[in-house]
Amino acid sequence: MAKVKILPEYCKSCRLCIEACPKGVLKIGDKANAKGYYTVIAADEEKCNGCTLCAIVCPDVAIEVYK
Amino acid sequence: MEKVFGRPKGLTEVPFSFCPGCTHGIIMRLIGEVLEELDIIEDTIGVSPVGCAGFSQDFFTCDFVGGPHGRAQAIGTGIKRALPDKIVFTYQGDGDIAGIGTQHAIHTAARGERITSIMVNNAIYGMTGGQMAPTTLAGMKTSTSPHGRDLVINGHPIDLPKTIATLDGAVYVASVSADSPKNIIQAKKAIKKAFQVQQAGLGFSFVSVLSTCPTNWGLSPQDSLQWLRDNMMPVYKLGELKVTEEVKNL
Repeated sequence: MAKVKILPEYCKSCRLCIEACPKGVLKIGDKANAKGYYTVIAADEEKCNGCTLCAIVCPDVAIEVYK
Repeated sequence: MEKVFGRPKGLTEVPFSFCPGCTHGIIMRLIGEVLEELDIIEDTIGVSPVGCAGFSQDFFTCDFVGGPHGRAQAIGTGIKRALPDKIVFTYQGDGDIAGIGTQHAIHTAARGERITSIMVNNAIYGMTGGQMAPTTLAGMKTSTSPHGRDLVINGHPIDLPKTIATLDGAVYVASVSADSPKNIIQAKKAIKKAFQVQQAGLGFSFVSVLSTCPTNWGLSPQDSLQWLRDNMMPVYKLGELKVTEEVKNL
């Protein structure tokens, strides 16, 4: 069991996490944050294995991973 | 469930002010993690320069001093000599440390000041609008070299870590990259080693990190990373360029 949590107030929608995720868990959501960025969401949450690759490449420390 | 990845204690809660996809944030997070892991947040004084890196003081939980353009290492030298028990590091862009502050970069290393300098190399002056820097690659188009850097007119790019590695006062010099998970993990190891070298008082430690500037390169964040791999890595070779025997024994 693993869980990825996106912090929308930090996300800038740069998509680096989406490209890094080997399981295709993440995608751009349909809600914008206060800065106007459509933030990333964990669309396929149950596929997450907690590898943290998305968090390692996130330039805005907008991802927390739980295992 | 237990949190296995999150914001390190070395960083404040302030969101980074950088453009989307800019790898500055990754490098700052690595430093924040190292400060936490070595338990030196309270003992560390950072020096920020001018440029995008000049926002550093907002993002780290350690103390910070802001310096004039290119002079961070001169200020770092003063702080370290007055307060030798403190850990002192500078966080500078390539335009700052390899252009405007080249003399400080050379002489801080030559004097073997017991400080750590982190250089973020994106081959341009980022904040001011993507002008050509000393690190701009041959043929690279920037806002002040619209036809590409001409080596006859503009000279050759400077590989600063390679230069610093030739100086006796520098005991640890590494060139790393923030483009992929593997390289980011390598970068963190190098940054941690650089701080450990300072803790041991061995001499000047220097880490150059290859970084992107999607905004001024005119590329998407993902394409910027590929551009870095294709164009910067062949010129600025990665690896530990200098590790003295004392550092190896750490």
